[in-house]
Amino acid sequence: MRILGISAFYHDSAAALVDDGVVVAACQEERFTRKKHDSRFPRLAIENCLAQGGIALTDVDYVAFYDKPLLKFERLLETYIAFAPRGFKSFAMAIPVWLKEKLFQKDLLKKELRRNAPDFDWDSRLLFAEHHQSHAASAFFASPFEDAVVLTMDDVGEWATTSAGRGHGNTLEIFKEIHWPHSLGLLYSAFTYYTGFKVNSGEYKVMGLAPYGEPKYKDLILENIMDLKDDGSFRLDLKYFDYCTGLRMTNARFDELLEGPPRTPEEQLTQRHTDLAASVQAVTEEVVLRLARSLAAETGARNLCLAGGVALNCVANGKILRDGQFSKIWVQPAAGDAGGALGAALTAYHLNQNQPREVNGASDFMKGSYLGPACSQDDTKKRLENAGAKFRVLDDKALVDEVAQALADGKAVGWLQGRMEFGPRALGARSILGDPRSATMQKNLNLKVKYRESFRPFAPSVLHDDVSNWFEIDCESPYMLMVADVREDRRREMTDDEKELFGIDKLNVVRSEIPAVTHVDYSARIQTVHADTNPRYHQLISAFKEKTDCPVVINTSFNVRGEPLVCTPEDAFHCFMGTELDVLACENCLLIKEDQDPALKEDYKNAFELD
Amino acid sequence: MGGFLKELWAYMKIRKKYWLMPVLFMMVLFGGLIVLAQGSAVAPFIYTIF
Repeated sequence: MRILGISAFYHDSAAALVDDGVVVAACQEERFTRKKHDSRFPRLAIENCLAQGGIALTDVDYVAFYDKPLLKFERLLETYIAFAPRGFKSFAMAIPVWLKEKLFQKDLLKKELRRNAPDFDWDSRLLFAEHHQSHAASAFFASPFEDAVVLTMDDVGEWATTSAGRGHGNTLEIFKEIHWPHSLGLLYSAFTYYTGFKVNSGEYKVMGLAPYGEPKYKDLILENIMDLKDDGSFRLDLKYFDYCTGLRMTNARFDELLEGPPRTPEEQLTQRHTDLAASVQAVTEEVVLRLARSLAAETGARNLCLAGGVALNCVANGKILRDGQFSKIWVQPAAGDAGGALGAALTAYHLNQNQPREVNGASDFMKGSYLGPACSQDDTKKRLENAGAKFRVLDDKALVDEVAQALADGKAVGWLQGRMEFGPRALGARSILGDPRSATMQKNLNLKVKYRESFRPFAPSVLHDDVSNWFEIDCESPYMLMVADVREDRRREMTDDEKELFGIDKLNVVRSEIPAVTHVDYSARIQTVHADTNPRYHQLISAFKEKTDCPVVINTSFNVRGEPLVCTPEDAFHCFMGTELDVLACENCLLIKEDQDPALKEDYKNAFELD
Repeated sequence: MGGFLKELWAYMKIRKKYWLMPVLFMMVLFGGLIVLAQGSAVAPFIYTIF
């Protein structure tokens, strides 16, 4: 039985194909349209999933959509009624969009699907799953567990903003929910807005900013804004927020409580902003920890699955792991709305169609999250030739050896190999790599390649067998969704003068043997690399280890700021020519910057809207 | 449109939200006026509302 899952119309449209319980393909529309967080109907992503499965749309048994538009409209209406007459401006802006388009999403979906399969009976083949059900299904059914507690947290779906469920075999039951407008995701988004970042995309910046600050406002938040109970359930005091009826996240009372107006995006970041970030991060960790502890006590389960946008908060995930209430934690790599496409498909397969689920006890169902399109060596060669690239074709061993040497020589390397990642993280298929031991690599990559003045360090990819020799963690983290500290014996203490530095200056201080991936609090966002899911990347890091005795490389997404992850060899070549990357390895083709035609260089820095 | 109204009725029946019907009617009427009064519907990006 084949099920196609779709998420669309809000942000991060995506498609996923499940065939007899096997996740065949999954990808985000933004990767094809080159528009970050593209929310349009995922036509290209669907085409790609079907092509990867070698089938036509008519071969699909069901199409599952990841949320229920009518329930969302119900929330909208009831919210306006509850707050009326406040919120008229917001109503006047929202209602035309709903009346013209969003209310008729089922018809819109059928219309889009009929383009490729006009005679198909879409009335009976189109299914809808609830938003948090989709998240929960993407977390549990794709996990390696036979039995687990599932916790999903995000901004809001239909009504639920947080949900807890129990998965067993092919069943999944949601037994607890926290409803709109009380939302941990929206609290985090409110502080994202207040600290001057873009809501729905800047949350990870707040998380990265937090280690620079002190959680000075944590008590203030818990005493005034959030009523947090021992079991992790909470309510927000809505008098501080504007999101129910207005067009901003927070209001004047919020400003008064926190003694200042929101930061504008261009404004200089100060210690106060980092303290605010640290405070909301600390509150988030407190909520998540209490929820995890109460669920562990209530259910006795030993495994925990996480999904929803808040599950991308890898610092909080690391805290749950170290808390030890659960033996194992698995986080869906596409924890945001894109993963809803996969969750909807798995909901339809296991819950709606009652199909069996077989866990092997070892690996999950995500195949390392390498579920996107790949380009064969022959095709890659042709495409690069057509783009005017100059390159050498090497055999596998020579390629790995030469790239490892380039990394050891301090070069910045673009790495496009195999199937593209599904989810927001680059995991060694569409990555920019560098030497983490270099004190200057971080600065160079930020300024010359990524074009960002970042206060965040890069993330490390480390051979799984070596992870506990370098970091204080001894379990898998294949999806870069766990944070752990660099081992003490690998650290270097900062001097008093260095401790006084702020922001990027502090980040540039050498704090460990691998400074480019060590945050100011010695933490690192770890990806463990496994030979069974990405053998070539594993070979590369092994070769780098042989040369340098260091089994760690810098891994950052292969794009510039504001650009979706590169998808094709052409995308990679354009990014290579538009930045100061030194080397590009596309499948077995190796490109050196000096060999390229200078006329092909392009202005890439301003090509994408900043996030 | 017929299909949509059927869906809407099924939704109200299952969710027991018959009380929303007059509200919905008024809002659609009101919203319809807003739609007619403006050229295009462009949503500002506020996730919670849209």
